[in-house]
Amino acid sequence: MIGIINGEVYDPQNGINGEVRDIWIEDGKIASPPGLGGTGGGGTEGGQIIDAAGLVVMPGGVDIHSHIVGAKVNAGRKFRPEDHRDHVRSRTAYTRSGSGYTVPSTFMTGYGYAEMGYTTVMEAATAPLVARHTHEELDDTPMVDKGAFITMGNNHFIMKCIRDGQREKARHYVAWLLGASKGYAIKIVNPGGVENWKWGRNVGELDDEVIGFGVTPRQIVTTLAWINDELGLPHMPHIHGINLGQTGNARTTVETIEALEGHRAHLCHLQFLSYGGEPGKSIRSGAEQVARAVNEHPNVTIDVGQVVFGQATTMTSDGPLQYRLHQLSGNKWINDDVEGETGGGIVPMQYKRNNLINAVQWLIGLELFLLIDDPWQVFLTTDHPNAGPFFCYPQVIKLLMDREYRAEMLEGIHRRARKGTLLPEIDREYSLYEIAIVTRAGTARALGLQNKGHLGVGADADVTIYHKLDDKEAMFARPYLVLKDGQVVVRDGQIVREHQGRTLYVAPPYDPGIETDLRAHFEECYTVSFDNYPVAPEYLSRGEVIPCA
Amino acid sequence: MKIENVVCPFCGCLCDDIVVEVEDNRITAVTKTCSVSRSFFLHAHTGPAHPTVDGQEVEWPEALDVTARILADSASPLIYGLSSTASEAQRKAIALADLLGASIDSTSSVCHGPTTIGIQNQGEPTCTLGEVKHRADLVVFWGCNPAEAHVRHFARYSVSARGKLTPQGRKDRTVVVVDVRPTRSSRTADVFLQPRPGCDYEVLTAMRALLKGETSDVAEVGGVSVAQLVDLLERMKSCRFGVIFFGMGVTQTGGKYLNIAELLALVAELNAYTRFTTMPMRGHGNVAGADCTLTWQTGYPFAINFARGYPQYNPGEFTAVDLLARQEADAALIIASDPVAHFPRRAAQWLSQIPTIVLDPEVNLTAREARVVLPTAVYGVSAAGTAYRMDNVPLPLKKIVDSPQPTDEQVLDWIIERVKT
Repeated sequence: MIGIINGEVYDPQNGINGEVRDIWIEDGKIASPPGLGGTGGGGTEGGQIIDAAGLVVMPGGVDIHSHIVGAKVNAGRKFRPEDHRDHVRSRTAYTRSGSGYTVPSTFMTGYGYAEMGYTTVMEAATAPLVARHTHEELDDTPMVDKGAFITMGNNHFIMKCIRDGQREKARHYVAWLLGASKGYAIKIVNPGGVENWKWGRNVGELDDEVIGFGVTPRQIVTTLAWINDELGLPHMPHIHGINLGQTGNARTTVETIEALEGHRAHLCHLQFLSYGGEPGKSIRSGAEQVARAVNEHPNVTIDVGQVVFGQATTMTSDGPLQYRLHQLSGNKWINDDVEGETGGGIVPMQYKRNNLINAVQWLIGLELFLLIDDPWQVFLTTDHPNAGPFFCYPQVIKLLMDREYRAEMLEGIHRRARKGTLLPEIDREYSLYEIAIVTRAGTARALGLQNKGHLGVGADADVTIYHKLDDKEAMFARPYLVLKDGQVVVRDGQIVREHQGRTLYVAPPYDPGIETDLRAHFEECYTVSFDNYPVAPEYLSRGEVIPCA
Repeated sequence: MKIENVVCPFCGCLCDDIVVEVEDNRITAVTKTCSVSRSFFLHAHTGPAHPTVDGQEVEWPEALDVTARILADSASPLIYGLSSTASEAQRKAIALADLLGASIDSTSSVCHGPTTIGIQNQGEPTCTLGEVKHRADLVVFWGCNPAEAHVRHFARYSVSARGKLTPQGRKDRTVVVVDVRPTRSSRTADVFLQPRPGCDYEVLTAMRALLKGETSDVAEVGGVSVAQLVDLLERMKSCRFGVIFFGMGVTQTGGKYLNIAELLALVAELNAYTRFTTMPMRGHGNVAGADCTLTWQTGYPFAINFARGYPQYNPGEFTAVDLLARQEADAALIIASDPVAHFPRRAAQWLSQIPTIVLDPEVNLTAREARVVLPTAVYGVSAAGTAYRMDNVPLPLKKIVDSPQPTDEQVLDWIIERVKT
């Protein structure tokens, strides 16, 4: 038994706000205190006591949206040697070497997250056709528990079902697909727009037509939101809406929220989707309008995708967006259309303080954080590596917790961006309790991970202990201790033990009768056979099925 | 027993619809496949059963001890090959290289390594092969000859394949071949352009200039008439979905990666007119997988060195041919490849002078020169594993028959254990 005693505990799921509590751990789980007849009745003999007096204790961090593995991330690594050369990690007796800054190698990614106090990370987008690749990489991503979202917003089978009015069939298909790809959640990226990109086009409105299918982005979103609720999936449909990166997209983002008609949904990296102004004209913040919609819709959660000034690599399944970024920036461009399912692209990017557009993007992210009232609805991400690398989260935390730092940063950005922003008028500072919500408790709840993001009895013993420092960036960048499944894996910000985390996935039941239709669909639409498509359980060295409701 | 939907691991097409018949643990018939694949399956299971050291048969523990000693005593070991083994084994090979502080390189460095460098300069508009099958109405083969090297490519993916927007297969497509000589592929093409050897860069540059609206005051570029180039560009701009497949005829001729960067730039620029994509014709069955595994574990796809404790990348310095020709490698572990048969003479000669270990199902030329030969099972025949198709789609390789040999992955695990202790 391990005891973490006298620590200042932040466990929002259980309403604990900085009170001094003792946390007990047994067999990798949070346990009852010894001697109280609970699970840990054997006392502390042979155990370990960690004196956390004066230290801050939180559940391990849970990242709800990050691009860490799979075909797209790996293509980003492969075509950016310039990203890696000066950012390396040497091997040690128990850790592997690696390289990469915005697109680090898998081992380096796992170590980096753990060293920042994060113990669970969700890969934000995987085409099911290449899910096998994703799982091979997840298996080489140590330290953290992990899972992958499966892109479905441009899937031919689903769009055919919608066209033919066969919602039930689509529901069975989605259930089959999640199990076959060992995925965790439904991901929607630019619904219909990626299919249209295969014709060199896009969609701009929720009621635009998807070429060749006669369905609309609205139908795709509402059908998948309905399916998600019907299947009782632990997470919500994870939506990257239409018009990402376009001025004036705040309007279609609000329309998307309204189109859900009360169904639960998570809208990701909303900073990129909260732009005001007119399409094609200069960028303005639409954060107020979007935050208001989020405040009025408790069925919705969001993550921000906060811009961090410096290097980034944009990579999404949003093919037309990435082509646009290539044309705007002149930077090198990868495009990867995936048969019958989705597409994608990659463009390196640098966010500059003195660039008007980048400065406005930076402001919009912070405005969303500060204008959305309920921290259980807004989560911290940088859409790694799209708006900045994940290891910059501590800097974002400092911006949220420290008004003076925010004002100081504001002074350094493009002058015209400062005009008209709401930021100087917002006094709000996040508390440690709220930080615990937006970085672990809230994300775990939104993901439906009942054993994560809190320190109640039975939770996974993923615990992070921080020094209590005034400089919040320093505090969150280098935890004193990180425990994963009850074992100390990080001490003073350094890995002291390699750990293989679990891969979390769902396997909702479906009507096996659908396989006849699927065989025909594969004959017609794919270049791989139906039998060679599903990812066998052997690909997950520590797989765990998260139950559906 | 009939086994369906078998994946052939031989070439980058990774056809996954093959039917193999097995009787008494022997493959007796292979149908729905090409002659190369049939021959591969029928003869894949004939390698030696015992490891050898200095030509003498020994038991596994002894062979592994000698292997571990060679590698541990080496100041500058090289691990090379990887393209005909499964990704599970590739991952272990990289772990071993990391542990040893070795150099590691795949056969990419002598085929599509320049493609990678071109992509690192320019990006790559690409797609999976199903997009070509269903959408492409203009298919260009540049410096490659799939009719002989990727035999079922035309039928399954690119030329006669019937897709949603190409229901009539061949009739719905215009096929262009660009090559320095007529080939079996060019004979099936609608348009054949024959540049002079080594002039691909000039031709591609001229095409980019013409696409930008520049006019030409010469009648021909690199052996191709400007009129032909203008005609090809018109076809490219006006097609629905175009693709250029390219091979070693552009990657390994003068200019190397510059040819590829130019080709990739042209394809990217064509997207201002229509959807246009491109794809390298990867040769070995899992050479694309070698790029993938090396990249996710180290950040780089080939030509990697761990001597400083972290991965460094430098084609020309850490590529196998260069390390051997400069006599820098002092021991080598060759996995599923035959460099003595394929490398330039100086590199091959040095390989036979240093202690070399070979992991391979067959006794190839390299094995004949090696100190230690570790015979392993054949992925896709006598071992299960994963391979990545030329478009990076990963497919499961089946175990069809039993064999006494361990897998590459198992042997590499044993070596890692011994090197650690």
